[in-house]
Amino acid sequence: MTGHVLNFLGETKLELGPVGEADGNWRTARDGDNVLWLVLDKAGSSVNTISEDVIRELDDHIAAAEADKPAALVIRSAKKAGFAAGADITGFESMTDQGAADMLRQAHDVLDRIEALPCPTICVVHGAALGAGFELALACDYRIATPGASFGFPEVQLGLHPGLGGTFRLPALIDPTDAMTMMLTGKTSHTKRAKSQGIADKIVEERHVAAAITAARNGKIERQSPGLKSRAFSFDQARGLSARQMRSKTEEKAPKEHYPAPYALIDLWEEHGDDRDAMQQAEIDSFARLLDTDTSKNLRRVFFLQQSLKDAGRGDDGIAHVHVIGAGAMGAEIAAIAAIKGKSVTLGDIQTDPLGQAIKTAAKICEDKHLSGTETRDALDRLMPDPHGYGLAHADLVIEAASEEQDVKQKIFKGLKGALKKDAILATNTSSLSVDDLATAAPAKSRFAGLHYFNPVSKIDLVEVVKGAATNDKTASRLAAFCGATGKLPALVTDYPGFVVNRALVPYMLEAMVLMDEGVSKEVIDTAAIRFGMPMGPVTLADQVGLDIGLHVAESLADSLDTAMPPISDDLRLRVENGELGKKTGKGFYDWSEGTPHPDADMDNAPDGLTDRLILPMLNACVEVLRKGVAKDADQLDAAMIFATGWAPFRGGPMHYAKTRGIADIKKRLTDLESAHGPRFAPDPGWSNLG
Amino acid sequence: MTATSGNRVFLVDGARTPFLKAQAGPGPFTPVDLAVQCGRPLLARQPFDRAALDLVILGCVNVIADEMNPARVAGLRLGLPEATVAFTVQINCGSGMQSIDTAYRYIRDGSHQMILAGGAEALSHAPLTLRQSAVEWFGRMSTAKGPLEQAKNMAGIRPEFFKPVIGLERGLTDPITTLSMGQTAEVLAHHFGIDRETADAYAMQSHHRLAAAHEEGRLKGELMPAFAKDGTVYDHDNGVRPDSDMDGLAKPKPVFEPPYGKVTAGNSSQITDGASWCILASEKAVDAHGLEPLAEITDSEWAGLDPSIMGLGPVMSATPIVKRHGFGIGDIELWELNEAFAAQVLSCLAAWNDEDFCREVLGLDGAFGRIDRDQLNVDGGAISLGHPVGTSGNRIVLHLANAMKTRGAKRGIATECIGGGLGGAMLLEAVQ
Repeated sequence: MTGHVLNFLGETKLELGPVGEADGNWRTARDGDNVLWLVLDKAGSSVNTISEDVIRELDDHIAAAEADKPAALVIRSAKKAGFAAGADITGFESMTDQGAADMLRQAHDVLDRIEALPCPTICVVHGAALGAGFELALACDYRIATPGASFGFPEVQLGLHPGLGGTFRLPALIDPTDAMTMMLTGKTSHTKRAKSQGIADKIVEERHVAAAITAARNGKIERQSPGLKSRAFSFDQARGLSARQMRSKTEEKAPKEHYPAPYALIDLWEEHGDDRDAMQQAEIDSFARLLDTDTSKNLRRVFFLQQSLKDAGRGDDGIAHVHVIGAGAMGAEIAAIAAIKGKSVTLGDIQTDPLGQAIKTAAKICEDKHLSGTETRDALDRLMPDPHGYGLAHADLVIEAASEEQDVKQKIFKGLKGALKKDAILATNTSSLSVDDLATAAPAKSRFAGLHYFNPVSKIDLVEVVKGAATNDKTASRLAAFCGATGKLPALVTDYPGFVVNRALVPYMLEAMVLMDEGVSKEVIDTAAIRFGMPMGPVTLADQVGLDIGLHVAESLADSLDTAMPPISDDLRLRVENGELGKKTGKGFYDWSEGTPHPDADMDNAPDGLTDRLILPMLNACVEVLRKGVAKDADQLDAAMIFATGWAPFRGGPMHYAKTRGIADIKKRLTDLESAHGPRFAPDPGWSNLG
Repeated sequence: MTATSGNRVFLVDGARTPFLKAQAGPGPFTPVDLAVQCGRPLLARQPFDRAALDLVILGCVNVIADEMNPARVAGLRLGLPEATVAFTVQINCGSGMQSIDTAYRYIRDGSHQMILAGGAEALSHAPLTLRQSAVEWFGRMSTAKGPLEQAKNMAGIRPEFFKPVIGLERGLTDPITTLSMGQTAEVLAHHFGIDRETADAYAMQSHHRLAAAHEEGRLKGELMPAFAKDGTVYDHDNGVRPDSDMDGLAKPKPVFEPPYGKVTAGNSSQITDGASWCILASEKAVDAHGLEPLAEITDSEWAGLDPSIMGLGPVMSATPIVKRHGFGIGDIELWELNEAFAAQVLSCLAAWNDEDFCREVLGLDGAFGRIDRDQLNVDGGAISLGHPVGTSGNRIVLHLANAMKTRGAKRGIATECIGGGLGGAMLLEAVQ
């Protein structure tokens, strides 16, 4: 609610004690009780990150505190956004191996000195305290959290582990198994969990922060003491056993070959878990080493790619009400995520049963996203099943998610003439039809575009915003902003068969079927792709997408592209005819009755060059898409592939992989494959532009 | 006060949920959930912004602990601005009509232009409802398959189920006379000589009429499907028995006054959950937003009488209206008279057709006359639909407006009896 009374009263301001203007990145002052307040307010940013400057200035402030001892030290953030988002990753690039270790040692020294201050040290955390921010909080005696605070170590997602003392301070504070799990998975602990784990000593509303600080200073807040379990793990044997379990569990998600960081962390803990000083030295060395790995470099690249997609989704979408046409799996999830993010949503379908299923789906998504009962109720209240289509007249955006047939979609569009608001945007969630062809039936071509979501919508972040020839810029940017506002990552692309992602995926999936026709087992094919770093193999992927949809997209691409495509296998057609459509029917190439297949084949007899036969056609299609200007640039394309398909993130994306491996090498391999298997492998002319 | 003073008031639109029979355990929706389920589509089909509504009034008898002042909770959950005032009204079975009448009077007096007035009740959630054993028994009864199982369950009935001690039982018992609502119907049946067979025949017709109304699409626009979190879609009143016949209705034993009573579960209204909303607007608001009213509300009346004969509430409240306007029986083309019990409806008809009663009690010159069954509850009533107590009064006004429009009727009265010895009535006229 945003009524004018509450607006006048304003939000509860952060308790910042006596501090005034910032001097550098910190705002500091002592209050009447000689409590020193160090308030982090990073210059020129709405979010705090722990940069080299931040640490250097903190060093000075701690030195001052050592010289003139305060009664207590309070550390908190002045940013509305939260405590601190972690280390300044942009700074990582310039850290050389040796320089990195030195810089880390200096930073460790500052935190050690905070820990050694004789006065109570109190960290107040609102919002997220991540990575180095969390490590700063761990160096204090007390952590006071306000509701909404969260703590976590996402370093593993960047191919790293904590590097500022987290590896020994967290296991010393809480159950070491919990601590290791947090560091190995990157999962954050929200307020209540953080309190029960012992990370936060107290949860108070912002309006009571000053009182809680006084209580902590006077010893009236009980500190967490390391439990029994922590002492048990001071024995090598206990750690050894536990480390073995951690390794095997990690292997399921992140093979060591591609993701060294979690294994380095487990090694550290196993070897030095009983010796803090040794652990500290080892953490620094290991972190510096990881910083220099390709995996970490590529994962950091992926982080920045994600930021640039997020940036593309900023701005005002001018969309309060969304009407979704079609309550199938896609329509239902599109409606659900929009409603969860605060949009008013009407979901139209002429049948009520799918609308009922859509509500069930939405309720499940709320549950999966850990929404509270009230949040779920409000989200479901905002999502109105609309069998009569009442919402059309009010919608700022209409998303058509009807069946994938041109005449069905065009008939719907024709029916919308005169039914929509003046500035309403119409978007189609087509995956295989041409946006420009569909536009001919749209009420207003300039406010018509593609909005291609991926299945399952609630889990896959990328959305292709497809700008047709007649789509105006405002429509495209409003749609991108809509993606941003609903928690999605927009990739602005142009109309092309398969757009970007499906154009790249189809040859990969079809080649897998050709290989099966040649007698290679689906398990061997999928294992090859998984070992390359794909989240699932092409055969499993085809089953998951749905063989009928896959066939439809493949046929549509084969018809509309000039490029040679792998022949569509008879087996695929036969299965579609027999209703073996993959995951959704319980059987496709795989039997899905027992859940998702996890092929892990013996690769001794795999044909030579199997991986290249799968991966290179994908890269070839990517180059075609770039040459045709469908994607903005190689970075956007890499981002789209990673966030739509999970394309081996530690390789930094398909185009980054091609450049790393060498353009000439890939071109040659394609030429070899062309002479062995036919023109579908002919290198795209665009490779020449890449060097 | 006469109805002709002040601003004209129109009923512009309305919608309700299906009425859902209480099964074993709480139903899928709370009172406010139900109000949201039908309120959303109703508001979504209006040409005006939600902020154009000045006030929300909701009738609700069994307010649950999580939804104090359900009108306010519903208003906010429906996305109405926080500045839109909302209050809940309670006059037992008349609550849903009380909300309309309050809205009617506010608009007539000129303080408000447009008001959302509704009723919501989830008897299956009633906080102090049935004794657990009785809930289970009711649940088993309503889900029993076939006469054998029903008979078996009937044998499981315990006297304490009907002791006026707790919950719904207590709510359906008059605290002054200690008679249950069903007993008040027995009292009327006795005085007006209503026999079991006539009551059963009335009940059968109620079911057949509601079934036909569903079948022939006469509830389109009025009944909005409700969608539960588990994916179930409720798209019709599920207490209706299209194949109801006299043999079936003859089977159940009198519930309230066995073994000689006339009132059975079959010829009484059903225990159900449901909500309904009406939008009332001034002439100014109608013009400003280009609305097409269903009907004009031209008068209303409330009356009190001995609680033990509360079933005559319609007679006592509707008669002053017809007297005030000088209407004869032929001037009222359609009636919605809430079917608490078949014997109670039939007693009202008998009273109006009784010369002595009309002269002595109602102050008429002679008998008011016989209301033609073809003009009364034309699409069924609470016996087939169920009677979510705080909602029924709202539904009968809304349905009267819709039925008048469908049938081209000029004038109609919606009226109800109210536990505790009250009656309420509203006069609706076609828009001119």
